[in-house]
Amino acid sequence: MSRTLLSGNEAVARGAWEAGVAVGVGYPGTPSTEVLESLVRYDSVRCEWAPNEKVAAEVAGGVSLGGRRTLVTMKHVGLNVAADVLYTQAYTGVTGGLVYLVADDPGMHSSQNEQDTRNHAAAAHVPLLEPSDSQEALEYVISAFRISEAYDVPVIVRMTTRISHAKTLVEVGERSEMVGSSYASHPPKFVMMPGNARLRRIDLESRMTALQAYAETASENRVEMRDASLGIVTSGIAYQYVREALPDASVLKIGLVNPLPDRLLLDFRSRVERLAVVEELDPYLTLRLKALGVDLVDTGLPTIGELSPMAIAVAFGGEVPATREPIPDLPPRPPLLCPGCPHRGIFHGLAKMRAIVIGDIGCYTLAALPPLKAMDSCVCMGASIGMARGMELVGSADRPVVAVIGDSTFAHSGITGLLHMAYTGSCATVVVLDNRTTAMTGHQGNPVSGVALGGDPAPAVDLEALCGALGAASVRVVDPHDLDATLAVLKHEVAQDHLSVIIAKAPCALIVKEHKDPFAVDEESCTKCGACVRLGCPAISYDENGRAVIDTTLCVGCSQCVQVCRFDAIVQVGPSCDIGGV
Amino acid sequence: MGATTVVLAGVGGQGTILAGDVLAKVAVAEGHEVKLSEVHGMAQRGGSVDTVVRFGEEVFSPVIDRGMADHLIAFEIIEGARTLPYLRPGGRLVVNRRMVAPLPVLIGDLPAPVDLEPALIAEGAVLLDAEALACEAGSPRSANVVLLGAASYGLPFAEATWTSVIEKRVPPKTVEANLRAFALGRRACAEGVCEL
Repeated sequence: MSRTLLSGNEAVARGAWEAGVAVGVGYPGTPSTEVLESLVRYDSVRCEWAPNEKVAAEVAGGVSLGGRRTLVTMKHVGLNVAADVLYTQAYTGVTGGLVYLVADDPGMHSSQNEQDTRNHAAAAHVPLLEPSDSQEALEYVISAFRISEAYDVPVIVRMTTRISHAKTLVEVGERSEMVGSSYASHPPKFVMMPGNARLRRIDLESRMTALQAYAETASENRVEMRDASLGIVTSGIAYQYVREALPDASVLKIGLVNPLPDRLLLDFRSRVERLAVVEELDPYLTLRLKALGVDLVDTGLPTIGELSPMAIAVAFGGEVPATREPIPDLPPRPPLLCPGCPHRGIFHGLAKMRAIVIGDIGCYTLAALPPLKAMDSCVCMGASIGMARGMELVGSADRPVVAVIGDSTFAHSGITGLLHMAYTGSCATVVVLDNRTTAMTGHQGNPVSGVALGGDPAPAVDLEALCGALGAASVRVVDPHDLDATLAVLKHEVAQDHLSVIIAKAPCALIVKEHKDPFAVDEESCTKCGACVRLGCPAISYDENGRAVIDTTLCVGCSQCVQVCRFDAIVQVGPSCDIGGV
Repeated sequence: MGATTVVLAGVGGQGTILAGDVLAKVAVAEGHEVKLSEVHGMAQRGGSVDTVVRFGEEVFSPVIDRGMADHLIAFEIIEGARTLPYLRPGGRLVVNRRMVAPLPVLIGDLPAPVDLEPALIAEGAVLLDAEALACEAGSPRSANVVLLGAASYGLPFAEATWTSVIEKRVPPKTVEANLRAFALGRRACAEGVCEL
């Protein structure tokens, strides 16, 4: 039998396709993004990027209402945006199966927090399945659609970074075509005004009670009896770590994490001498077992960050093996803006102006790091504009306040912030970094770039007209690679007594196919002033004599460094292999 | 039987993900159970990136701790030094001599590390210049495949399996350059010419 190496995200897409899903919809967010990018390549499925997770969940709700199966994808913080939809969808229930794929990011590899989605499931009263590898990801998505329809409820499939982005072998199946029934109106179930909602609230409880009975025998919950002296209750990636670290331990692997199978938990407790819980992030399983009055081994495992096989081995008395000594004094390697990144031009200007920069979520958050150090705040998608309005209300002494937000983030949840500014008479300045893509998550299309999921052209919003219609008195477009012009526009707009939007328009350096010839530093002319180095371009550094040097294999010829050099010491040269390689 | 673990350590943009994908597919083609782990997103913007490939009869965790790697293939020398504690004593170490200065070094906040080569050689490293070999192969962007070739010399897979996976995995126009890059990397390790 043939098995294929699939990432957890690819396996989710495969599972959704096999389950006959009609529509996939979501908003990109690491580590969830590849699910829809993979699903769009299958036949007979319509896939769409929504401007945000709330819209995505609403589209999915409509597909479900219309009687077809739908998958809605997002990262953990995206579920906060979609939570308004989910919590009431739990009341209405579904017609066609409705599955939320939510990917958590323990350790915050690419996130601003590490919230645990299992808590959302409990709070929303919806079932949650958690796979521990790609094979289970495929199978659990199929189960999730079945559970969604059988128990009339949206279902969350929770992934974590190590499940989403690990590739493991998967046995794939075929698609079952689901035939939608003809639509029949049913207002008591789907119109959630108070009189109806109160009844659906009671109904939801009975649905979850039925699910709890199902959980006791669900195939997703599995007892593996080995040595009975130690039993471990675990789920998700922690299961793999337990198997690696404690190969002899008996395991109750929980796949259906909400609702939990109380009788199965108690029965497993009775079959082992000592019981411990191994879980990543919040003590979710632990608290349930404690509520059931079960005595647990105190492992001391952290509730912050990722677990690892070694951490688990050590928690259970294992010894740390001898390892090689680390090599001391290695410089850290924080992520940084790419060579030729257009964002650098804006932040160079903002740093010069000593602006208070209220930032947002995207690659440009990296401008907070040295040497640009040009960002004061970053909280969540769209927060820059509302927070800048708040800063404006309380004053900022002598420093201008500027909100900076990416194009996709603006479409996600910046538009309403700008509407608020206009409505309340704000005189703030908002910079929209329009780099023609959603760069951070791997270059997805968005309503501003006019590229659909899958790469086809799509209608693009007219940003200038949109900002003007919302009420910005001045909307200027600048090329951020032109440093002087950019700085002049920034300085002019922050001095005005009206609401200004500056659209910094230049494509992400990673989507520009044709690079200009690289630049190099003329040693004779370089005065070691460091102006070019302070741009924070990965291609520019100091040589052993303190002069600037450009790595011609990294330089893409954006010319920002040429503009900051007052000594004309930076000159264009030929492509890298022609000048003697690296 | 325990799993064999290969760590590919580098800097975002160096092609460790493609290299890890090729290695994993080769292990699958030779009948192993395989898991591969990598990190996407913000870390890829010039930050440190590690790809872990584990293969064997049975593999549980896709990620590893210190002292668990059997092979460490470093695409960049600082990352080789940083990742060294993950390599078990007696494990195989292949390091590209290229240094990609991290931001604190670029802007002069921290000094560039010195004497990494002798420190790594003392740990048993085989050093090579993957970018030079990649240029020799005809594509400066094939340095990751040069390193894969160097890694392949110590891994229990047939050369024909590597070749057939590379042919399928790289862009069609670059197949020949990548196969040359692979052969140059493999030969560099086979002939022990790495320690230039």
